[in-house]
Amino acid sequence: MSDRVRTTLGALELPNPVLTASGCGGTGRELAQFFDLSRLGAFVTTSVMAQARAGRPTPRVTETPSGLLTAMGLPGPGIETFLERDLPWLIEQDVRVIVSLAGNSVEEYGDLALRLRHVPGVAGIEVNVACPNVEDRGRMFARHPSAAAAVVRAVRAHARPGVPVLAKLAPDVTDIVTIALACVDAGADGLTLINTLEGMAIDPGTLRPGLTGVSGGLSGPAIRPVAVHCVYQVHAALPSTPIVGVGGVASGLDALEFILAGASAVAVGTALFHDPNAGPRVLRELEEALAARRIARLADAVGLAHKPAGYVPPQVRPQEPEKETL
Amino acid sequence: MSDTPVQTSATVLTVRQVQDYHAMTLVAPAVAERFRPGQFLALAIGGEHTSRLARRCFGVHEVKSDYGGTVEIVFADTEPGTAWLAGRRSRDQVDLLGPLGRPFRLPRDPVTCLLVGGGPGGAAVFALADTLLRRGCQIHFVLGGPHAKAVFGSRMAQRIGDSATVTTEDGSMGERGTVRDVLPRVLRETGADVVYGCGPTGLLRAVTQAAGEFGLPSQVSVEEFLQRTGACGTGVCMTCMLPVHGDDGVTRMVRACADGPVLRGDRVRWGDLGTIPFDALGAPRVLSVSEGGSQ
Ligand SMILES: Cc1cc2nc3c(=O)[nH]c(=O)nc-3n(C[C@H](O)[C@H](O)[C@H](O)COP(=O)(O)OP(=O)(O)OC[C@H]3O[C@@H](n4cnc5c(N)ncnc54)[C@H](O)[C@@H]3O)c2cc1C
Ligand SMILES: Cc1cc2nc3c(=O)[nH]c(=O)nc-3n(C[C@H](O)[C@H](O)[C@H](O)COP(=O)(O)O)c2cc1C
Ligand code: FES
Repeated sequence: MSDRVRTTLGALELPNPVLTASGCGGTGRELAQFFDLSRLGAFVTTSVMAQARAGRPTPRVTETPSGLLTAMGLPGPGIETFLERDLPWLIEQDVRVIVSLAGNSVEEYGDLALRLRHVPGVAGIEVNVACPNVEDRGRMFARHPSAAAAVVRAVRAHARPGVPVLAKLAPDVTDIVTIALACVDAGADGLTLINTLEGMAIDPGTLRPGLTGVSGGLSGPAIRPVAVHCVYQVHAALPSTPIVGVGGVASGLDALEFILAGASAVAVGTALFHDPNAGPRVLRELEEALAARRIARLADAVGLAHKPAGYVPPQVRPQEPEKETL
Repeated sequence: MSDTPVQTSATVLTVRQVQDYHAMTLVAPAVAERFRPGQFLALAIGGEHTSRLARRCFGVHEVKSDYGGTVEIVFADTEPGTAWLAGRRSRDQVDLLGPLGRPFRLPRDPVTCLLVGGGPGGAAVFALADTLLRRGCQIHFVLGGPHAKAVFGSRMAQRIGDSATVTTEDGSMGERGTVRDVLPRVLRETGADVVYGCGPTGLLRAVTQAAGEFGLPSQVSVEEFLQRTGACGTGVCMTCMLPVHGDDGVTRMVRACADGPVLRGDRVRWGDLGTIPFDALGAPRVLSVSEGGSQ
């Protein structure tokens, strides 16, 4: 693989910027049937909670134009089984693993981070703050700067020093920049933007909500413009904070769009349901897109859309053969 | 690793109307070669730049070695996705994943098998019949549907089976009634050692119940449930969950696509499909609005 696509998320160095989005790559075993997971920049796990959860009843998903509306209820095996069964397997695959954590209270997030502290092989932690805060009438942490910051602070305090902590934010808030600032002040080393947007569909056949959970999270290419805007705004306010862009990445050009907006990496979510090979494909297409634009290094493209028109990034000279490592 | 699924752009060979359904034959040698009865395919709908992201899952009716290896699916065009599929023509390309899921477990000895099919799902029992016949098993069919044109494969069943019983709710073919009505009699008359089922949930439930009454193992494909609930077919989206109880008596939510579609009938909690039973592992104690949010 060429050096061109190397990237960093704070202290975490990645061979390439293409990750899986939390909740969309299964345990990793399912995707490993289709490609070698070590080809990913990193594998982001489904959000792990303290207890096993069965999630919501079916139907949990409805298809919407260029999107999916899902209400899963955060199903998962719980941290115990995750540490025994899923994480060791992932680490064996030689892929960097970013563990996503979710909790119903600040304390639960802190406890989960503590459980990971002495587990070797965890490359990073992503804090999914789009969870209901049971101590505050079920209001989503992600909607309140102080609540989101409290969660990040608890995780940062318990996580192993040196392991980057990324805060994953919800887009449907009054001002995402305020929440991003609060999380970074609380110790987040980076941000993942964005989680799903709340939405709803009504079945014209049954005349009732299409999902058992009534409302659900909208994902897929339908939300990409929202996600790109969030990345752009936050990068403008916090240019040195690394960002993972998420939301409707389905091609290399989609990934490039996020990078130009200010993301140092992208995560592929819903596209994996459509195409299990989307990860390696997006990477290949991104490499081609950079080459076609003669952009020497991915890092030179990060946030390029913020530069004045006419600014030219460092370019590969056409006669210079591409440097290959490995 | 020939037992791993592949993703391929398959060429449509033919699309034919068969009674109420469409039968589509796709050229996909790598899939045909790996396929074992009970496994399924997940097709992308709408072409390369589609706005429809969920895959559609279909059981395989028949695998042939023609044109290097073809697979045939049978489906009803009940929604825009399947209607798009029905509109494909010879030489069109369809993005296909397969073969996916766990196949039917096969008897080691040449035993007597009862194969029960309903609606388009019934098409998948014929791929199983092929394999069982090659192993020297006796096979008997029970096929059912609301009316004659909804019963798939009755003539083929008569041709290849040791017996074939057809039921229709309106009496337009075979016996009037449902599969449930004839199963006990057919089980008695055929002396079947094992029962296989593929079709709507109600039919699978009846198959399990009848097999249980005769002390027989039942293996059923929850393909129809998967078609209704699934989005990926590969086990990553977790949208196709159904409750199954294990050896340890604990109920777990399993994926119809990756843990099935073939399940032991007696393990499935048929009455609780579409719910999270309160005693399932990880079931929420109280499903309040604050549980889960939008994820
Ligand atoms: C039709 C048939 C013919 C057979 N013929 C022979 C024969 O000729 N000779 C012979 O020696 N044996 C035979 N057997 C027995 C067979 O080899 C297995 O022993 C039998 O299928 C039981 O396997 P199992 O309990 O390990 O279930 P598995 O095959 O492991 O599982 C069956 C299905 O149930 C689901 N399941 C099981 N347990 C759980 C759980 N705890 N949680 C979630 N899902 C679960 C799985 O998802 C799986 O799809 C036959 C069995 C059948 C059904
Ligand atoms: C079925 C499903 C499950 C998800 N589960 C999680 C999760 O456990 N934790 C999390 O932080 N985000 C979760 N997400 C959100 C995704 O990680 C991602 O942020 C969002 O879907 C937008 O990206 P996409 O359009 O590429 O899917 C989930 C999304 C979907 C569709
Ligand atoms: S259809 Fe996606 S997990 Fe079963």
